Formats: sequence, structure tokens, C-alpha cells
Amino acid sequence: MSNFLETAARPETLKRVVIEPVTRVEGHGKVTLLLDQDNHVKQVRLHIVEFRGFEKFIQGRPYWEIPIMVQRLCGICPVSHHLAAAKAVDMLVGARQLTPTADKLRRMLHLGQTLQSHALHFFHLSSPDLLFGFDSPVAQRNIVGVIAAHPDLAVMGVKLRKFGQEVIRMLSGKRVHGTLGIPGGVNKALSAEDRETMLQGIDQMIEWSKAAVDLSKKVFFSNEEFHQHFGFFKSNFLSLGAANGAMDLYDGGLRAKDENGKLIFDNVDYFHYDRFIHEGVKNWSYMKFPFIIGKGQEEGWYRVGPLARVNNADSIPTPLAEIERKDFMAAGGGGLMHATLAYHWARMIEMLHAAEGIKELLLDPEIMGNDLVTRGEKALEGVGLVEAPRGTLFHHYKINENDQIVKANLIVSTTNNNEAMNQAVRQVAARYLDGKVLTEGLLNHIEVAIRAYDPCLSCATHALGKMPMEVELLDADGALVDRMIKNADGRIA
Amino acid sequence: MTSKKAVVFGYGNPSRGDDGIGPELMRRAESLAAEVPALAGIELIQDFQLQIEHAMDLVDVPLALFVDASVSAAAPYTFTRLVSSQDPSYTTHELSPASVLHVYGQMKVGEAPPSYLLSVRADLFDLGADIAPPAQANLEAAWALMEKLFARPEAEAWNAFLT
Repeated sequence: MSNFLETAARPETLKRVVIEPVTRVEGHGKVTLLLDQDNHVKQVRLHIVEFRGFEKFIQGRPYWEIPIMVQRLCGICPVSHHLAAAKAVDMLVGARQLTPTADKLRRMLHLGQTLQSHALHFFHLSSPDLLFGFDSPVAQRNIVGVIAAHPDLAVMGVKLRKFGQEVIRMLSGKRVHGTLGIPGGVNKALSAEDRETMLQGIDQMIEWSKAAVDLSKKVFFSNEEFHQHFGFFKSNFLSLGAANGAMDLYDGGLRAKDENGKLIFDNVDYFHYDRFIHEGVKNWSYMKFPFIIGKGQEEGWYRVGPLARVNNADSIPTPLAEIERKDFMAAGGGGLMHATLAYHWARMIEMLHAAEGIKELLLDPEIMGNDLVTRGEKALEGVGLVEAPRGTLFHHYKINENDQIVKANLIVSTTNNNEAMNQAVRQVAARYLDGKVLTEGLLNHIEVAIRAYDPCLSCATHALGKMPMEVELLDADGALVDRMIKNADGRIA
Repeated sequence: MTSKKAVVFGYGNPSRGDDGIGPELMRRAESLAAEVPALAGIELIQDFQLQIEHAMDLVDVPLALFVDASVSAAAPYTFTRLVSSQDPSYTTHELSPASVLHVYGQMKVGEAPPSYLLSVRADLFDLGADIAPPAQANLEAAWALMEKLFARPEAEAWNAFLT
């Protein structure tokens, strides 16, 4: 919990290295390293060009359009934005408590999104890192051995992702740009045919998800010392949670723990989130740095996402995932898990919970109900939160008497993890780059640390790792000393 | 034996200016398919971006076309044959068409269908913007090509239009 390596004493005397992915459409992320003459790291900063235009874009629009429009924020988690916006709009129409059927259909949609997103990240985004991302011979040898025993990984990943997408399609009506959430509820009931189709496939998804947890655990313990300490730092954790302390990805109150596991606050009504969370700024970054007001900006930053949620939960309300949560927490030695690479393991526990949760909902008679919408007293301000795959997602809207949006504020998961990703990058730079000649492999360590957080590329930044990547080494006068470019086809120039 | 003649993927964000070229071409294709019964065997898939699950849409399909806006294509468009490749897009949230073919290969469900990429030149991607006039002209040229491709959905015929 410090500003270690955030600001060098005399930056004008240092060499500057820039790792900058060039992107096609959206903003981008950039890492700058300042090195002294002996290549010792003196300053590390992750700059993320935050995409904020949407908040302006929707001003003046009628509020009921918002759950549909926000899906175009992001091609990765449109469902999360849809549901967070729908929950905020529920408040606007005075319908914070939905009918049981509407609540369960939305929850199932959310779990489908979690399943497909986590499957994509583990099987196709992070497993290449685990295979190829580290140039440490010992770490690589052990991990390759574990993963090589699973030649069917790619197929499992594709089919898990596809199943999650099918859940979304069946509930929202379309494969892309579908809708389920409307003000005060949902727009269609689940058909018996779709329910049966999902039931036929869900047991296989649970089995594969359990296998993925086992694999992520094996990878972690294949070199536990490495996985515990790569990009290690301690932090606070923030998430939603049920009133009884159980994991709840869709609703509940805000819960925050400090680095020792002590509750900072719990069961906070998220309508009042801005009494507890503030978006700080730093003069070197366009992206904000949220923090817990009671602890101040210096000590109050936090992590969100799978690691935060599993650490914060007293239990997980599905049986297999709960067993895995206990194993996970045991690896923390009685305290919280702080390892950056533990995000992968926690993510798979959540995927298992999502698969189990979908099955429980499918077997719940209320899921087939037809009482879909409720209304109450209209309000001029609404806040919606969900635990998106990458972490807590905030949507906050104010409307006027003509039902037009006059103010919007979105805090996306990647913004919540802004300081945490900076910390991870600094730890990795200090441990693996300090005093060494820069190589593509060493720089890749930085990307691996960032990718553990699964930063969203559309609504906060574009993907770290998306090529071409350009690295420039500048001397103290800003003159170009060296340059390395990784082209779109992966070739180094 | 499959009755499908081809699958067409059109992708992009319709709220981001020229990035809406793919979705707009798919909208036109859907309208055409509604009028021309002969196009019933061509499956039309629209999405924000490509990902691993699109590999499953290639199963048991004899021919595939990917349609996208491109900042690097020559105007008005390029039309090329795709080769499976695990390019660096595999580490991102958005796959290239070549990487989708690679994922298909990993699934070991057979040989990938002959696949083509129609890249329509695009330049402006502002949020909330319409497709800009230069890109609109490119789109019209690309649509003229797509109508020819739909008229004879066979690899041999499509090869004649390669740029």
C-alpha cells in the first residue's frame, strides 16, 4: 500500500522506455519505464486512455433506451452493461425489487455472461501466457507439463464459451444486441424448449468447469513460490455481496476488506456508493483512481474482480464452488490471497459457480413464471451495480422531468483496478527488469501481470497484448536510443 | 450432408462510425435473403467482433466469408483468401478471421472450409457517428461484390474476384 516506484526523484536524468500497443478504434494502454544509466528501474507507470465518451453520448436520451444503448459500449461484456443499466433504470421507475421470475431470469443471463467470459480468458487468453509467457525455465517447464496433459483444452474453452453465449441468446432473444432487462423487469419469459435445451448441456459444463478449476490449481501449485510472488502486493478488496456474506455476482451490498481481511464496510446500499468510493485523479494519467474515502487515496485503493470476490465471500452458495473456495483460501495461509496470478484460479472457481448457478435456476420452478414486470414510484436518480466478469461495474444516472438523461457516471471494472494494475506492473518491473537489458520476454512479464486482471478493452482501454506493439528507449534528452516493434503478425522488427 | 451453402460473418460496432460497415452490409444481406429464396442456404451472422465460438459456426459449412471494416485495406476493398494462422490476436478479446480458422483447426472437427476476407476501407470510428461518405462509397462497391458472391456461392467462382 505505497507509491513505490510511482514517481522517480529526478526523472529528467533517466532513460524512458515506452510499451505502447497501437489500436484501431478505442483508447489504449501504455507502460512507461524510467531507467537509470545502469538499467535500474526508477519509475513505472501504466497509462490507460480511458474511454469516457459514452457518458456524453447518452445525455439527452430517454432513460428507457439506456439498457439497450449501453450494450454498444463494449463488445466484450455488453450483458454486464445492459444489466447494470437496467438495475439503475429499475430505481428510476421505483422497481428496485423485481418479481421473483424477473430477478431469476436476469441472474441467469448474468451467470451466462460470467461463464462465457471466464472461459474465454482462461482457455484462450491466459493459457497462452502460462504456456509461453514466462521465460523462466523452471516455471515454464512445470507449467507446460501440466497443460500439455490436457490437449482438449481448446475444445473445452470453445464449448464452454459457446454454451454461455447460447444462454444469453435464449434469454435475450438474439445472439448480439438482444435485450432482456426493461424498466422494472424483463421482456420475455423463458420457453420450456429453451429451458430443456440448456438443461441437456449444463451437466457437461459443470464437469468441464470443475476440470478447469483443477487445472488452474495444478498450474498454481506446479510452481507455488513463483505464482505466489509474481506481481505480489497487498491491497484492500471491494465487491458486492449478499447480506449473509455469501458471494452474489448480481446484487447485494457493497463489502470492502482491508489487506488483513478486516471488514472496512459491509452491506452498504450501493445507491450511496459515492459516500464510500471516490474517483481520485493523478496528474500523469487520464484514467481515474477510485479509492475508499475512509482510508484516503494513498491507502484506500482496492482490487475488484474474481480475486476480490472470492476473498470477500464468507461462502459461495453452490456446493462444488464452495469446496473450491475453501481450498483457495487455505492457500492464503489463513489470510487473504494477494497473489496477482491467483486471479486465474479464482476466476475458474467463479466459472464453476456460474455453471452450478445456471443449473439451480433452470431447476427452480419460478424461472418459468410469467409475472415479469413491476413498477413503483418514479425517481430522478438511479444507480445500478453488478459484479461484471472483471469486477464491480457502476452505472449512475440522473434524469429530468422529461425522462431525459442529464447526467451519467460509469465506473467500469478496469478503472476500479487501475491502481492495482499499476502496482502489479511495478512489482514485476522491480523484480524481473531491474538492472537487466530489456528483452521482449522481460517486457512480456509486464503484459502477463496486466492480463491477470483481464482488463476490458472496449470501455476502458484496448487489449494489452494487441499488436503491433512499439517499444522505444529514450535517453535523458528524449532522443531515441533504440526501438523494437512487434508487428501484427508477431514478427519482431 | 449439410444444406448450407456458405456462412457470412459481418462484424463491427454500428455505433462507431465506419466500424458499422460490416453490420450494414449484413443488414443488406438479410434484406436480400428475405426476397431471394435461393439465398436461404447462406447463413448470416452479425456480431461486434470475432471470438473463439465463431469457429463452431464453420462446422459443416462448405464456404465462409468474413466482412469487416479495415484501416489498412486499399480502397474500396480487398478480397482475399484466408489462411489459418495463430496470429497475436489470440491473446486479445477480439480474434482475427485467420485466428478463428486456427481455433477451428484446434477443434479437430475436419478441414476448415475455403474462407475469404472482404476488408472494406474505413477511416473514422467516432462514437455515435454515421458511416462517413468516403467509407460509404467503399461500402457500395463492397455490396456490389457481395451480390456477385451470393449469386454463385462456390470457391471456384469467388476466386475470380480475388484482389
